[in-house]
Amino acid sequence: MGRIRAWRPVSRLLSESAAGREQPAIAEAGSLASRSALLQANTLAVEIRNAAARRGNRLIWSGVSAEIRRGEFLAVLGPNGVGKSTLVKVILGLLPLASGEVRVLGQPPGRANRDIGYLPQRRSFDPGLRVRGVDIVRLGLDGHRWGIPLPGLNRLTERGREEDARVLDAIQLVDAEEFATRPIGEVSGGEQQRLLIAQALIRNPSLLVLDEPLDSLDLPNQAASAALLNRICEERGVTVLMVAHNVNPILSYLDRVIYLARGGSVSGTPEEVITAETLTRLYGTPIEVFRTADGHLVVVGQPEPPHGDVHAHLVS
Amino acid sequence: MDPHLTWNLYRDVTQLFDYPFMVNAYRAGTIVAVTAAIIGWFMVLRRQTFAGHTFALVSFPGAAGAILIGVSATYGFFAFSICAALVIAAASRSSRGGYIEESAVIGTVQALGLAFGFLFVSLSHRNVSGAQALLFGSLVGITNDQVIQLLAGGLIVLAIVGFIWRPLLFASVDPDVAAARGVPVQVLAVVFLLVLAVAAAEASQVTGSLLVFALLVLPPATAELLVERPGLSLLTAVAIALLVTWLGLAMSYYNDYPIGFHITSLAFGAYLLAQGWRRLPRWTPFARTSV
Ligand SMILES: Nc1ncnc2c1ncn2[C@@H]1O[C@H](COP(=O)(O)OP(=O)(O)OP(=O)(O)O)[C@@H](O)[C@H]1O
Ligand SMILES: [Mg+2]
Repeated sequence: MGRIRAWRPVSRLLSESAAGREQPAIAEAGSLASRSALLQANTLAVEIRNAAARRGNRLIWSGVSAEIRRGEFLAVLGPNGVGKSTLVKVILGLLPLASGEVRVLGQPPGRANRDIGYLPQRRSFDPGLRVRGVDIVRLGLDGHRWGIPLPGLNRLTERGREEDARVLDAIQLVDAEEFATRPIGEVSGGEQQRLLIAQALIRNPSLLVLDEPLDSLDLPNQAASAALLNRICEERGVTVLMVAHNVNPILSYLDRVIYLARGGSVSGTPEEVITAETLTRLYGTPIEVFRTADGHLVVVGQPEPPHGDVHAHLVS
Repeated sequence: MDPHLTWNLYRDVTQLFDYPFMVNAYRAGTIVAVTAAIIGWFMVLRRQTFAGHTFALVSFPGAAGAILIGVSATYGFFAFSICAALVIAAASRSSRGGYIEESAVIGTVQALGLAFGFLFVSLSHRNVSGAQALLFGSLVGITNDQVIQLLAGGLIVLAIVGFIWRPLLFASVDPDVAAARGVPVQVLAVVFLLVLAVAAAEASQVTGSLLVFALLVLPPATAELLVERPGLSLLTAVAIALLVTWLGLAMSYYNDYPIGFHITSLAFGAYLLAQGWRRLPRWTPFARTSV
């Protein structure tokens, strides 16, 4: 069957607000390979073969295998503490593998990181941190460069102007203009999260790795951010790998799911994996999956983030 | 010497430089103010003020020990403070225990350092005022050699920080993402500890070991209240540090109270003013979208 249709959030979508703008500097600068072309080419963004990971002396997971094609939207699901963030760190080369093999964008983990946008789990900035949002976003662009940046020189060089345009574009893309020039410690958790998504996007990566990016967002913003990520995935051919607890906001966009559980892992299309039997087994608590008349999938009973928003999904 | 204020401002200023020791005090003060403000800015950002204070305190036994064995106190300041940085870096790297572990190590080093300081002071049979000068700073006795050593230390430290500026900023505010981007976060942490040790040792020689925060913390903290842009905030911190140091030196010259007191109270005054300024109603809202 085809892809499950998206449910429409009531609020203004980030995607809609960004769609009206001309001149997407990020898209111009990067490969405009469309998603369908990428999917057709059938190259792998991430390849995990019978991998195992340890932290300290503890084996966190083993026997995990998965293939993520370029251009896919993939979710990593599973209960707390099962090793989802560990998987993310392995993919980024921040943790060594205990056994097996992982290749990311055709290279060993860690080699291709300049081409990956990363959003770690639940970072909130210290309220006293007086660095502005734009500065944080900009660090995503040039934070790894050595040498003294001369203030004001940016506007004088071609490259500097292009980079300024990119920063602005990334901020507009996530609709963060209003609070981007305020100290990051003084904006709300959800606003910080949007700035961090902008930071992850700014280098126009071919792979986005997001560890619970919808975590501190309210319902309309979860839906809007999910729609935004899907749009980036579709229009720019970016592969999206996203750790999620609440699968409902992204369910309609997913091409593939990896479920991690204590006893192992399952990977496949949402239709294969998101079934009441599989989820109940993996989470160890009763979970039901409904299909609405117009083809939406709804997951009920999964461990929810604090909002407890099951009803909202049912009415959508 | 009998300097006194007159109504002639020009004479007041030129009078400051009548004696070579005052010229050297100004040279040293300027070097130290710039270095301390810049390194201190990162120290405040990285929340490593405890480490910074410890480097300053352990430079006190360093100086006392150097005097005891008859070498220049400057070497003692630098040697002990850099050793402390290496110990703290090694201990907190091997244990990987995060901030709690690190602060326990730092506290241990600090206590040990102070204990040795008092031992060295009592061994060298110096009068109390000798120890006081090391702890609270002194105007007199800064030699040409010392100025050159301060300048060399300052230039090295500033060159290093200039080179690592952006990655260090990145690693300080966002270590996970910086690490994923290939920034050597761990190496930068050690390099920064060493740089901080040098800056703290330098500041100790002007304000005294106990009052280094007057130059390391107060100017950056004040600047942070006034401006948000990292580059601009850094420059503001330098300007504040220079201002309080120059004024403090002049005041100390004319009224003979200790230099550390003057610099500290001026820096504190600036901080209070900045706090007051921030609490004023805002004329210009934040809603600028310039990047
Ligand atoms: N630094 C560490 N050292 C040792 N063990 C760790 C470390 N970080 C995490 N662990 C352990 O590794 C396991 C997996 O952690 P991980 O953070 O990958 O889980 P997760 O699936 O992302 O959980 P959550 O849903 O809560 O984010 C946990 O049991 C945790 O206790
Ligand atoms: Mg996690």
